[in-house]
Amino acid sequence: MQQLDDQKAASQIEFVTLVAGGQSFCIEITQIREIRRWSPVTLLPHTPSFVLGVINLRGAVIPIFDLAAKLGFSPIEPTERHVMIITAVEDRIVGLLVESVSEILGVSADMVRETPRGSEDPTTLAVRGVIPVEDDMIKIISLDALIPQSVSAAA
Amino acid sequence: MSAHILAIDDSRTIRALLTSTLEAAGFAVTTAVDGVDGVEKFQSANADLVITDLNMPNKDGFGVINDIRSGAVNRAVPVLVLTTESGAALKNRARQAGATGWIVKPFDDDALVSVIKRLTGA
Amino acid sequence: MIDSAILEAFFEECEDLLVALSDGLADMRDGNADSETVNAVFRSVHSIKGAAGAFNLDELVGFAHTFETVLDELRANRLSTDDTLLRVLQRAGDILADLVDAARDQVPADRAQVDPALSELQSFLGTSVAEEEEFVFEALTLSIDGPERLGSYLIQFQPGRAFYATGNDPALLISALQDLGPVQVHAETSGLTDDLTSLQWDEGYLTWKVELADQKNDLAIRDVFQFVDDLCDLQVTEIFDNAPAAQIDVTAVLPETPPEIGTLLGQTEEPATIKADKPEKNQKRTASTLRVDPERVDRLINAVGELIINQSVISQRIAEAQLPNSSELHGDLDDYKLLAREIQEGVMAIRAQPVKPLFQRMLRIAREAAEATGKYVDLVTEGEATEVDKIVVERLADPLTHMIRNAIDHGIETSAIRAESGKPSTGTLRLTASQRSGSIVIEIIDDGAGLNRARIKETAVTKGLVAADALLSEQEIDHLLFAPGFSTAKEVTNLSGRGVGMDVVKTAITALGGRVAISSVKGKGTTFSITLPLTLAVMDGMIIHVGGQTMVVPIASILETIRPAKADLSQIGLHNHLLRIRGEYVPIIDLAERLGVSPCSDALTDRVLLLIQTEVAGQCALAVDDILDQRQVVVKSMQGSYGEIAGISGATILGDGKIALIIDPDAISAPPTSDLKSHLQTQRDFAHAAT
Repeated sequence: MQQLDDQKAASQIEFVTLVAGGQSFCIEITQIREIRRWSPVTLLPHTPSFVLGVINLRGAVIPIFDLAAKLGFSPIEPTERHVMIITAVEDRIVGLLVESVSEILGVSADMVRETPRGSEDPTTLAVRGVIPVEDDMIKIISLDALIPQSVSAAA
Repeated sequence: MSAHILAIDDSRTIRALLTSTLEAAGFAVTTAVDGVDGVEKFQSANADLVITDLNMPNKDGFGVINDIRSGAVNRAVPVLVLTTESGAALKNRARQAGATGWIVKPFDDDALVSVIKRLTGA
Repeated sequence: MIDSAILEAFFEECEDLLVALSDGLADMRDGNADSETVNAVFRSVHSIKGAAGAFNLDELVGFAHTFETVLDELRANRLSTDDTLLRVLQRAGDILADLVDAARDQVPADRAQVDPALSELQSFLGTSVAEEEEFVFEALTLSIDGPERLGSYLIQFQPGRAFYATGNDPALLISALQDLGPVQVHAETSGLTDDLTSLQWDEGYLTWKVELADQKNDLAIRDVFQFVDDLCDLQVTEIFDNAPAAQIDVTAVLPETPPEIGTLLGQTEEPATIKADKPEKNQKRTASTLRVDPERVDRLINAVGELIINQSVISQRIAEAQLPNSSELHGDLDDYKLLAREIQEGVMAIRAQPVKPLFQRMLRIAREAAEATGKYVDLVTEGEATEVDKIVVERLADPLTHMIRNAIDHGIETSAIRAESGKPSTGTLRLTASQRSGSIVIEIIDDGAGLNRARIKETAVTKGLVAADALLSEQEIDHLLFAPGFSTAKEVTNLSGRGVGMDVVKTAITALGGRVAISSVKGKGTTFSITLPLTLAVMDGMIIHVGGQTMVVPIASILETIRPAKADLSQIGLHNHLLRIRGEYVPIIDLAERLGVSPCSDALTDRVLLLIQTEVAGQCALAVDDILDQRQVVVKSMQGSYGEIAGISGATILGDGKIALIIDPDAISAPPTSDLKSHLQTQRDFAHAAT
């Protein structure tokens, strides 16, 4: 028994915590490529409002989403103080605009709780678990749910 | 010093197979893509043995052996012809041309290596 | 022991050999063959057989063997090249290709196809070809005592001239015998004379006697002498311990009649009736090639792309620095530009391949299609040497196949109908490739009946693709062929209809960054014209300003740039502006409006119009704010996490690091109000929702 507990405690997962739409979220660190200050984007025509545009990341053209807008909150008005988290899932690289980034949080796997099932809103659908920390509940973002595979890949 | 073999065949697959088998057996291998290339490379290759295909464009196996046996360099080198034909007719032709021996395609790796070892004293 | 790399190399080599085979047979059919052609054809099949044997591809080897035998008869002039034989040979070539494919895919061959071709070949062989005489060496082991025991043998051999002339060495033979067991070697020198100077260097004077012990039988000994047994008077006899050396002759079993050396050797004579050898052909050197990992090439291409961008950046900075014109830096920069260009062209050329193998495959597809539909069609290819990026060649195979089948199935008429209209009974299908100002143009031109526009429109109406009363131009009707779900279902022959419609063809070509155009004249024929970018990654672009943004329009789409005078402009209603150019009226499309970016308030006369040719809507003029520059840009793929963006085909990074979107002129100019387009858009939406 003791051994098992030790093992569980030993499997730590690291997350980067952030604030978007006034709430706390986090993303698994292995999915994060880098974190940058906000810089101007090139607008894309005819895209949903949460797509802010594209940036030049060392020669690659990367789309930037407004995370708050995507989760159903009111859109962020980006300024220099805002931050972009460049994430990578399989071969898709997407930048997420957030209000701020807090810290790196290391938790053991047994501290992650299932998302309480409430009404299905954009936020709940994009969250794959929660971590209670002090008074706060940090929601783990599922990038797969947030940024699904493009349907029109065939065209 | 390992024996040096010159392998002449217009099929790149056969060249690859020969190189693979012979190098694994510890020989050094140089390849040529047809008879003309083969005779050219032979001049400077200092080969201990030559393996040549018979049917090749530009100059066939017989042409190669003929040039080698009447040339100035290393004319007594052992020459094996690599061929899909078999039978007495072939044997006589090969003999007439001056080949030392023959190996029938598809060749057995071990048989080829042992024949070469014997002919080169390696 | 056979590693997959060699197997793969084998299949690649087969492809080359099959192309050479097809070429040779084509030459023979056209009457351009000489003895070297026939030899080359023979060698192609021979080589495939030879290499296939190493991998135990028995079905392939079996067929190739018969094929090769017929070709051997042909090159020895024991068969004559008549039409029947040529047809059989061509068929055999096709079957051989199928067998190679089956071997590669590791599936059994389709005997229903192979066996008839095999019988056809065999019918030319009849019974006149003697079975190969296997020189079988049968060693008879005479065991005198019942149980096996080890014995000793006396081996005696006297090398003669022929022995030495064929590169044999007695020392090596003795050494090999030594490997078999304990030996005692004696040299009999009685053949030598005292006068050493009279000796020939290549004659044999010594007789070697070797006693070899501990042998079960003489098989291994015979093996050592396998090449020279008749060159050195070989005698192998068993020695018995307690009996006088009883000679037990172990002789080989020879075939009854010795082979007729004379007649067999006569095969190599050049037959007199065939045309004189063309000397150039014989001098053809095999091109030397280098095998490269495609990933490395891709990385190199990316790096070159960055180099071009970097060069742009430097250009810009230098321009901003406003150095005096006399500065040598300008000259250096020009050199840099030239070098970058050269490297780029060189790198692109690495991936470029001639379309020839692709076209060769099409020859066969055309042959089969003609047979299946009972029509007579000649496929003529032009521009086979045109080089195209490897990926493009691969992705063109399916679209071209479909278009050729289509042309033969629907385009070319039966010979009866053709005769009625005074056309030659054999239809001609031309497949051409050429380079035209930075693009590759591939055309499929048939001299058939032309598109039946009435039927096309009817079908489209039935399928709900257009309204029954819609007024469509000929171009628009032609392009209905590309509409999703169009294929005329009632004519789905087992040939062209396999659920693959022309819309898939169009999608494939668009995915390569290309365009397809149709032109057709009733009764005369139809031409499909595919335009593809020369390279996938780099494009010549016009840098423009629109709605406060910098964007790029592909030069290939721009016919002209125009700064309009007031007199050239007219209007219909409030919003539709027109440009008059050379007597025609062309609609003006406001690019800013289409993109949904802030429109320019300048009058049209202060702006620039780009005259573009669209696929469906004919010509139109895109109104932009200003044009800046024309330059090569590297096309960057967009990460695509948000689906397609209407009107945008990609992005590039400008010299200053900013991103400029690349406009797709066809998509952007699509008039949103036409019935046809909205129907198609609805179709597309349904298709997407369904996946």
